[in-house]
Amino acid sequence: MKSKARLMQGNEACVEGAIAAGMRFFAGYPITPSTEIAEFSAEKLPLVGGRFIQMEDEIASMAAIIGASLAGVKSMTATSGPGFSLKQENIGYAALAEVPCVIVDVQRSGPSTGLPTSPAQGDIMQARWGTHGDHPIIALTPSSVRETFDLTIKAFNLSEKYRVPVILLMDEIIGHMRERVELPDISEIEIINRKKPAVSREEYLPYKADDDLIPPMACYGEGYRFHVTGLAHDETGFPTNNPAVADKLYRRIVDKIEFHKDEIVEWEEQNTDDADIIIISVGGVARAADTAMKQLREKGIKVGTYRPITVWPFPDKRLVELADRVKAFVVAEMNLGQMVLEVERIIKDKAKLIKVNKVNGEAIYPEEIMEKIEEVL
Amino acid sequence: MPSEIVNKYFRTNKLPQIWCPGCGHGIITRAITVAIDKLGLDRDKICIVSGIGCSSRAPGYMDFDTLHTTHGRALAFATGIKMANPELKVIVITGDGDATAIGGNHLIHACRRNIDITTIIYNNNIYGMTGGQYSPTTPKFDKGTTVPYGNVDKAFDIPALAIAAGATYVGRSTAYHTQLLISLIENGIKNEGFSLIEAISVCPTYYGRKNKKGSAVEMLEWQKEHAVNIAAASKMTPESLDGKFLIGEFKNSPEPEYTREYQKIIDRLKKE
Ligand SMILES: Cc1ncc(C[n+]2csc(CCOP(=O)(O)OP(=O)(O)O)c2C)c(N)n1
Ligand code: SF4
Ligand SMILES: [Mg+2]
Repeated sequence: MKSKARLMQGNEACVEGAIAAGMRFFAGYPITPSTEIAEFSAEKLPLVGGRFIQMEDEIASMAAIIGASLAGVKSMTATSGPGFSLKQENIGYAALAEVPCVIVDVQRSGPSTGLPTSPAQGDIMQARWGTHGDHPIIALTPSSVRETFDLTIKAFNLSEKYRVPVILLMDEIIGHMRERVELPDISEIEIINRKKPAVSREEYLPYKADDDLIPPMACYGEGYRFHVTGLAHDETGFPTNNPAVADKLYRRIVDKIEFHKDEIVEWEEQNTDDADIIIISVGGVARAADTAMKQLREKGIKVGTYRPITVWPFPDKRLVELADRVKAFVVAEMNLGQMVLEVERIIKDKAKLIKVNKVNGEAIYPEEIMEKIEEVL
Repeated sequence: MPSEIVNKYFRTNKLPQIWCPGCGHGIITRAITVAIDKLGLDRDKICIVSGIGCSSRAPGYMDFDTLHTTHGRALAFATGIKMANPELKVIVITGDGDATAIGGNHLIHACRRNIDITTIIYNNNIYGMTGGQYSPTTPKFDKGTTVPYGNVDKAFDIPALAIAAGATYVGRSTAYHTQLLISLIENGIKNEGFSLIEAISVCPTYYGRKNKKGSAVEMLEWQKEHAVNIAAASKMTPESLDGKFLIGEFKNSPEPEYTREYQKIIDRLKKE
């Protein structure tokens, strides 16, 4: 890949990032505002020897990427709300069977068909708890075209490293926005691949984790002849009804993310040193928060921003520190209050909490955040 | 021969299997391994995928790369495996409910694509695993726990469905007609494209009991008496075929295979 600046859409940057990360299989079903990700994948994958397939629905797409990943190929699917709902059962399968894969959800407005071409951030909680049962998940929220490229690579790296489904939680603003970006040279990009077993087939226990709680992963066709199931299983990979074994498995898959949380979480903060008020937002809204902060600063109001880049796991430690010294947090999101629940849980009542919510299909404008802040001052 | 096949292809430390005494699923599973053995395939390049149900438990006992997925989705997982590594021989084991109810859409699309996957549907005309509810292949007027007064749904004819959807190899046999079953599976695997073999099983525990079909042996006897090979059927009168069902090879007409066709695109782009 040449490192040359060009005008690019967020959805295209996602595909560029995925291919740079090593994606060689994509399965999807068209849905606005994610469709360009399927279209660019269909165009670009065969050029690098990869394969694309348009499946019959989102359930099948999710299943196909899990199958492909088990056969050793880095895989991705992309969708929006209605399709994200359909993928949930198999996302849970990937979480329990510990199959690396990346799921892009370019969020659009409303439950059901809603406002298909309008932005929203209503899937924040679904990204965390959409599938049934306790399970691990990682979700990343880019807020620019270039960051979409970087975070798609990060999504693949995290999924490979921790053997976990990773959700790239975009929104329509970022997916359809065009920016001039210069992509890095491929040689500058860090690529992480899943850990392979170092033992023979006879000795291989597919679900025996190392000290880092992550089991090495063989792939189909390599001669390991192993079994994978969505039933609770022991270290051999075969089903078990033993409560102690099931308990150990469920806890390990959740703990493997929890234990590595400090390595996984990422956020960005600006002007937090002297801030009285901090705006918390992700994705497209973070751009409005940025403008609001700058304009309020010009008026002499000490505002900072805090932008979770991993919305799951939520970067909570730093927020606890900040809560000790700021007067208020403003949580701005294109939903009726989802991320704010997490913020509330973290900051307790150490600081005032102000909500800016919008669900009419329009973006949150800087003025709306500014007004709310000036109102409470 | 029996123990030889079992020792060679089964995960003997996982036996005995969970199936009820008299269940037809074991016979069909064994037939699959015999077909694989006859073909002399590299077992490390075979991947066996299933959905959820009594039938879908079979791969857990088979010593290959195996994948037990979610209900109805085996073919979609298998499609991903085949796309990722077209060198693998992919075999799907599924039930009548798994394949034709919840997985019906995946089934017709896999047929249509003619992707090289051999699917064996263990049809016991019932949802065995969940305790005897009716399925899309439960005959009209038969009983199940959710059709206590008799089924009013019309049953699917699985081979007809697969042929209409574009599968390039289609056959049907029964747990009783194991030699035919083995040869259909062999030919299905040999066909480079989507092959579907309906294997009529027996579920004495639920379908048999609900419908007063007698013991497992009696149910197998019934298969013997009511199945007519398609080759013989053409010479029979309609009256003599009344109440019978057809078995045999229903379609064998190879067409270009999906992953091969895709590979042609990759190769062409490389040259350009
Ligand atoms: C999404 C989902 N719905 C329902 C079930 C419950 N369920 C498990 S097996 C099964 C039916 C299986 O029937 P069939 O495919 O005919 O297999 P058999 O047990 O008869 O061999 C059902 C409904 C499930 N596991 N997942
Ligand atoms: S319930 Fe029926 S299908 Fe299931 S194992 Fe028993 S006999 Fe076989
Ligand atoms: Mg059944």
